[in-house]
Amino acid sequence: MMAATAFAPGAALRISTAGVTFAPPPTAAAGPPAIVVAGASLWYGANQALYDITMDIPDKQVTAFIGPSGCGKSTLLRCFNRMNDLIDHVRVSGRILVQGRDINAAGTDVIDVRRRVGMVFQKSNPLPKSIYENVVYGLRIAGIKDKATLDAACERSLRGAALWDEVKDRLHTSGLSLSGGQQQRLCIARAIAIEPEIILMDEPCSALDPIATLKIEELIYDLKARYTIVIVTHNLQQAARVSDRTAFFWLGKLVEYGGTAGLFTNPEQKHTEDYITGRFG
Amino acid sequence: MRAFRELLRRGDPAVWLAGSGLGASLLMIGGMITLILVNGLGFFWPRSVGEFTLEDGSVVMGEVVARERIPAPGTPDHLKKARLQLKLGNRDLTGVDFRWIDDDEIARTAYPADAVYLERREYGPFIGRPVSLVSGDRTIASGADAVLEALPALVAKAAADRDGIRKLEQRDIGGVNYRMEQVRLRSRALDLEAARRPGADLAAARAAIDQELAALKAQYALFEGRLARTIEDASRVQLTVRTAGGEEKALSTLDVFRAYPANRLTTSGRASVYASRLWEFLSGDPRESNTEGGVFPAIFGTVMMVLLMSLVAVPFGVLAALYLREYARQGPLVRLVRIAVNNLAGVPSIVFGVFGLGFFVYSVGGTIDRLFYPELLPTPTFGTGGILWASLTLGLLTVPVVIVAAEEALSAVPRSMREASLATGATKFQTILRVVLPAAAPGILTGLILAMARGAGEVAPLMITGVVKLAPDLPLDGLFPFLHLERKFMHLGFHIYDVGFQSPNVEAAKPMVYATAVLLLVIVVLLNLTAIVVRNRLRKRYQTSAFS
Repeated sequence: MMAATAFAPGAALRISTAGVTFAPPPTAAAGPPAIVVAGASLWYGANQALYDITMDIPDKQVTAFIGPSGCGKSTLLRCFNRMNDLIDHVRVSGRILVQGRDINAAGTDVIDVRRRVGMVFQKSNPLPKSIYENVVYGLRIAGIKDKATLDAACERSLRGAALWDEVKDRLHTSGLSLSGGQQQRLCIARAIAIEPEIILMDEPCSALDPIATLKIEELIYDLKARYTIVIVTHNLQQAARVSDRTAFFWLGKLVEYGGTAGLFTNPEQKHTEDYITGRFG
Repeated sequence: MRAFRELLRRGDPAVWLAGSGLGASLLMIGGMITLILVNGLGFFWPRSVGEFTLEDGSVVMGEVVARERIPAPGTPDHLKKARLQLKLGNRDLTGVDFRWIDDDEIARTAYPADAVYLERREYGPFIGRPVSLVSGDRTIASGADAVLEALPALVAKAAADRDGIRKLEQRDIGGVNYRMEQVRLRSRALDLEAARRPGADLAAARAAIDQELAALKAQYALFEGRLARTIEDASRVQLTVRTAGGEEKALSTLDVFRAYPANRLTTSGRASVYASRLWEFLSGDPRESNTEGGVFPAIFGTVMMVLLMSLVAVPFGVLAALYLREYARQGPLVRLVRIAVNNLAGVPSIVFGVFGLGFFVYSVGGTIDRLFYPELLPTPTFGTGGILWASLTLGLLTVPVVIVAAEEALSAVPRSMREASLATGATKFQTILRVVLPAAAPGILTGLILAMARGAGEVAPLMITGVVKLAPDLPLDGLFPFLHLERKFMHLGFHIYDVGFQSPNVEAAKPMVYATAVLLLVIVVLLNLTAIVVRNRLRKRYQTSAFS
């Protein structure tokens, strides 16, 4: 369990409830929403996993998805960069607009969608290559060969992922030689190297120890100045600490969605209240 | 009873059963390998030569090869008395080179110091005593000691002479022959051309060909004269030897491959004879219808065939596995294909051989001949068995093994790695090329190892697609185009079959069978070890997780 006061950059406004410290309130939502979900439903074969989800995810803010296991939060997250394509027999209805473009429309360039929407996975998954090659992987497959460009991108991304100082002397050792937390930050560096606009994080800290978790959370806080972040988490404190808005899912339905502080201190739905106070889930 | 139940419950009998199963398997394999190793490697060790005076007064000389109890079921003597198997050599004089002698028949045994063991070009070894060395009218040495002293230098010179003669035959005369054949083919092509376009003026071309042919013939005559002179020079020294029975035999030193005084050798002397025999076995050409000499062409053919086969089987197998695992929509059809592929691995290899003969040799090879080698017809070039067709047939035979292993390897690549690649905007193809295939490479190499082990051991399909008893020309040599894929080749597995079961002198060939079996085992192990080393290096490099 994280110490409640572990994350408090500057003079943050704190509303403490049940040992939770909230992130500072969102800066005024700038511009149109990054992702618009309009009546999205999803089926795995005959099983419906998402029921008519409608929500707007604001630009340059952190949005957390919470809910018990199997509630569809990861499924929805994976809809945003069409990672569900990898699974056979998946069907999606409704519309999902990423920066105004319907990503499920016919003729959509999936590669382009994934370039704009980066992803960090639950289990850190560095490729069996060097640290350097891991970071510039997305650039290399995009056809960039210029050494100077790659070097610059590597340093920038590793700095962005707060990993540069730890690995700058061993960029050419295997990415698998890093510790779990470092591996996860390497994956974040790999995601931001291709300059996405949105970063999806699927329980990025679930396999990490508290110190590594703290580092990732600090990183998320830094990253939201430049990226829209959607994070799925089982750790309610984490959701409260890092996110500006929180969505609570239950059995494939979006139960409640609103400002994090409001949702945690004064939930509108009974279900939400039961979940965040630990009465079920 | 209760104790037994308790034992059953704990599973002790299962452990014993499993352990004895493993033990029995190891015992069988270990026994076989020991048998082959002892018999195969013992073959080259020079043994003492005994002189046995028999009760009837006759004298024989030879190496003791085996000793056994005489079976006489029903009599009191059953398995009491013993007999010796002697290797007598001297097949040209006596007609038999092995003989069983009962212990009872032997009156006296001696190991004469002047006994000599000669390995020669024809008729197997000669065992007897040296008498004299004569060059023309001049006697170089007479008496056993003098001859034995002078012999090593002469034998070494004979080896050098043989090399020179061989070089003349193969490089010089062979080269001229090759060019003459090319010219003859050009002339034949002209004939075909004339038939196709009557009235075309080909006189100039014909004249050029005739001129070239005349020059080559002159050169050929020159080389032939030189060869005859060299042979005459080299075979001037005559060695006279006498058998234990008193018969004398004269032979040219050029025909002597190795000579040693069997009973005078020290242990190190024996070891050096052993080493020289082993080296001849590995690097020399076969002699005496393959029962003596070396097996180098067979080693070369085996290794080259396995490599060619791998070159065919691995790319096709990996591509097929990629499609099955990565691209095909998983369903009943793919399952059916998978079952079919697995069963293909169980089809008897001779069936593949017959298919290879019908499809590769006759259909494909015949078509190639008609299209590209019309001037050679009716002599087939590719339309007959050859190393290419044999390799393709074996490739077909082993491709299912590669497919199965490659599919396993591909499916073992964790999904998280594919997702990592795809999430950074890689296409499926890029992901396969940069992430999946490298990570699956160790598993694919396992498939290659299995395929090589199977391919190197196959004989049946090769017998009808290109293996022959004797192929002095290697499929790779110094004559353009260097790689002769249409040539027939020798193979260790077939060599074992041929020497062991098709040889006129089975007793003499037996040790050769063991030695060849050892060699085949060693080669398969070496090929596999190479692949295993490569696999382990790849595995280290593409370890999928630091924790696994």
